[in-house]
Amino acid sequence: MAAKRINWFYYAAPQRFYVLAGRCIPWFAAAALLLAAVGLVIGLGLAPTDFQQGDSYRIIYIHVPVSWMSMVLYLAMAFWAAIGMIFNARLAYMLAQAIAPTGALMAFLSLWTGALWGKPTWGTWWVWDARLTSELILLFLYIGFLSLRAAIDDERRADRASGLLAIVGAVNVPIIYYSVKWWNTLHQGASVSVTQGSSMAEIMLRAMLIMSLALWAYCFAVVFARVRTIILERERGAAWTREHLPRAQWA
Amino acid sequence: MDWHWASLADFLAMGGYGLYVWGSYGMLAVVLAGELWALRARRKALAQESDE
Repeated sequence: MAAKRINWFYYAAPQRFYVLAGRCIPWFAAAALLLAAVGLVIGLGLAPTDFQQGDSYRIIYIHVPVSWMSMVLYLAMAFWAAIGMIFNARLAYMLAQAIAPTGALMAFLSLWTGALWGKPTWGTWWVWDARLTSELILLFLYIGFLSLRAAIDDERRADRASGLLAIVGAVNVPIIYYSVKWWNTLHQGASVSVTQGSSMAEIMLRAMLIMSLALWAYCFAVVFARVRTIILERERGAAWTREHLPRAQWA
Repeated sequence: MDWHWASLADFLAMGGYGLYVWGSYGMLAVVLAGELWALRARRKALAQESDE
């Protein structure tokens, strides 16, 4: 047991995480661009037409990734809010705060691309079924989190109140995920399942997974960039922020 | 693996589903660009404030 252990708490200091995140951003950004380029060429250019849905199915290459991210980001936000509450850690709250806007946009995109896919496939933009309704609630939870933060002037109280909302709302995520199983919905079942593997053709599945990785990388890059801005906003008084402020650029 | 489309017009038409497919990809592009723009504006505002 001589393995050297990484001291995770070292990076719990916003000042140190600021530098670490800054170093990671270009790599995530490059990965996002590269993966998106490959995924788009395969998904929009090479993959065949679906025999049932025609070319409308190509929305899947973004609909599934944004929907996954909307749920993953919510869980990440709730996780960091919980860590913030347990350890009273500033950086954890800042991460939750940084994840929320991107999560809200992903939830919106999930609903938007879903509507544009639903119209040609089901004949309607919207239906109040379990999957769609629970995803809409997810968007409202994100908006609620952001509004609650914005409404409370005291930063630490805002952290705790919005953190609590994030944690309680996390119960909605498994509901979204299992909604197509628990209820009879118009929405089709999972395209990729942990227990049953995939119901898609190989090349379509590959394009969808590449697009998902691209979006993961994008979200990492943009959340890290936002958390750096939040760190500077909230640690304004601290001496160390001064060297980063005047030439405030991306990285 | 061959290119699926015969022409650019063919590609843009998306088998008759162009509105839905490009409406989805277009909104994704607009939202991501808007997010990056807003983030940069926030960063700039912070830098300006510190100059004063």
